[in-house]
Amino acid sequence: MADEVTLTIDGMSVAVPRGSTVRAACEAALVSIPTLCWHSNLEPANACRACVVEVKGSRALVASCSRVAEEGMDVQTASDRVRNSRKVVAELLLSTSDADLAPDLLHLAEISGADKNRFAGGATWQQPVKDDNSLYIRDLSKCILCYRCVEACGEDAQNTFAISVAGRGFNAHIDAGFGRELPESDCVFCGNCVAVCPTGALIGKTEWTLRQNGQWDEDRISQTETICSYCGVGCELNLHVLENRIVKVNSPMDHPVTHGMLCVKGRYGYEFAQAGE
Amino acid sequence: MPETRRLLPALHTRSEPVSRERLTERGFDRAMERMLSMQPEDIIAEVKASGIKGRGGAAFPTGIKWAGVHAAAGGTRYVVMNADESELGTFKDRVLLEQDPLGALVGVLIAAHAVRARKAYCYIRGEYREVEQRLAAALTILAECGWVGPDAVDVEIRRGAGAYIAGEETALLNSIEGKRAEPRVKPPFPTNHGLWGAPTLIQNVETMANVAVLFAHDVQWFKECGTPETPGTKLIGLSGYVRHPGVYEVPFGYPMTNIIHDEDLGGGLSGSERLRAILLGGAAGTFMAPEEVEASLLDYGSLSRYGASIGSGALMVFDDTVDLTWVLKKLARFFADESCGQCVPCRIGTRRILELLDQEGLKTRAEDLRELALAMRDASICGLGQTAPVALLSILDRPERQGA
Repeated sequence: MADEVTLTIDGMSVAVPRGSTVRAACEAALVSIPTLCWHSNLEPANACRACVVEVKGSRALVASCSRVAEEGMDVQTASDRVRNSRKVVAELLLSTSDADLAPDLLHLAEISGADKNRFAGGATWQQPVKDDNSLYIRDLSKCILCYRCVEACGEDAQNTFAISVAGRGFNAHIDAGFGRELPESDCVFCGNCVAVCPTGALIGKTEWTLRQNGQWDEDRISQTETICSYCGVGCELNLHVLENRIVKVNSPMDHPVTHGMLCVKGRYGYEFAQAGE
Repeated sequence: MPETRRLLPALHTRSEPVSRERLTERGFDRAMERMLSMQPEDIIAEVKASGIKGRGGAAFPTGIKWAGVHAAAGGTRYVVMNADESELGTFKDRVLLEQDPLGALVGVLIAAHAVRARKAYCYIRGEYREVEQRLAAALTILAECGWVGPDAVDVEIRRGAGAYIAGEETALLNSIEGKRAEPRVKPPFPTNHGLWGAPTLIQNVETMANVAVLFAHDVQWFKECGTPETPGTKLIGLSGYVRHPGVYEVPFGYPMTNIIHDEDLGGGLSGSERLRAILLGGAAGTFMAPEEVEASLLDYGSLSRYGASIGSGALMVFDDTVDLTWVLKKLARFFADESCGQCVPCRIGTRRILELLDQEGLKTRAEDLRELALAMRDASICGLGQTAPVALLSILDRPERQGA
């Protein structure tokens, strides 16, 4: 068909709609591709390189999250070069960043056979927790610089552009402009960066505080769907409730109204529901 | 006749570098008039026939690139001259623009006509302030001739701000757009999707200068020197343990060892006068052993037998008093400083290579270094990360060359 392309993935032929990415084609072929920076609702950042695959005729490996599938492409997802690259990417990230709340990174490390100590012992991203506002915490020791927060704050969702990458090389970091603290920055505290953060580097203050005190218990948290009561847009909210108190609010990434994105009221303005009077 | 001055003006050139007389003396006025009488398709056919390859390092056939931009969809097109020369040991674009700025600019104008661009940018390294002034003066001359300006081709100079990565073509385009100089993912290539999404032709200074001398003469003249595969000359930045370091213009196919030893080129080894290795192509280049240098010609095919490439034309010579491990550490420091930080293999990998080399890891952690280097070469986004470990790999492949 004219609106489809056929390519080969690990020897299997698969047809996908024209314009699909190689990653999507792999998914269609039931070949699992690990990703860290890729997010279903954001433009590919191409930054983490966990999703690289080998494409015949291409000198370097190819980021499958962004590369558009072409007719006749011959893709290898588990060649020696691919497996070495994934393993090293996992090892490098584990050597700099705290992966305790990063399930995708831990998964990559596991499937690639990464040795978390191999490149450890050098410079790390260890730094004090930034606790400068009442809504969310920035624990940048956990950051892997996946660019998701920058994209959610920018063109892909919020269009606020409060944060960006500053510095270069190993010193590249997410910055609210001139090293400012968040309350002095352009941040509007929508928390959409928090919603897409894959490592817990950005985390709601309530959740962070409960985790600090050892009180965050996923098994005891129930989720309740509702519609935000603030305005007429109709955003769906997922209320995370622990001991009859709302401890976190998000919205399903596949919801047709929100695509997972909320405003400051929907995400953080829930205290009225549990106020004493 | 090893020193073949074509891009560089002949030593007996009398006119000032930035003058109407220079345009005439070098034949650039003739080149402009001849080009203006031609259709874009014919200009591109001539560039294709000349066999010019890109001189920035990748050696992509220039005519094919031009044809790609010419055929790309979209009304607005741009031409960019990459003068963000920052590779270690590379100073040929600076010399070229100092000695003959009109040549490269005439190349830009020919390119603009070939791809129907009304706007061109010259992106120049921020530290080259004096060269930039010379370039601006040369643009004034070309404007007086009616070849540059709002009714012809508008040429704008943009200055880099000190980042090596901005010399990577897509990072350079982001920089011109006012964005952080981070490389873009390719494809799409700039030929289809460049500046502000429009088809964009981006070429190195030396490539543009080649185009100018081609149109000042003809294809037959152009192919009189060089090899059938790679016609023409290459500017070589010769540095290190040679008697006469400097920029030399050498025909392709010339023996590598003669570049070091000829009296009117390098003039022979200095220091201990015993060669340990050369580093060809700058920081992103390859170490070559003396016997490999002896057996190689200045051409892509000949050098590729040893995994080497001409790159930007930087040729650093080390005598046998130099500890190559020390050189590797210097290169590692450079890349750790200059990585933009966008992708994981380069951002963290360049730092880890530096740390491991500082801990004498070349001997104790060779396998870890190799796997790290391969991951950077394979999985980094751009040419910086992909080539940052190349010199290291060339030493790992030649273990007998490590010692001091």
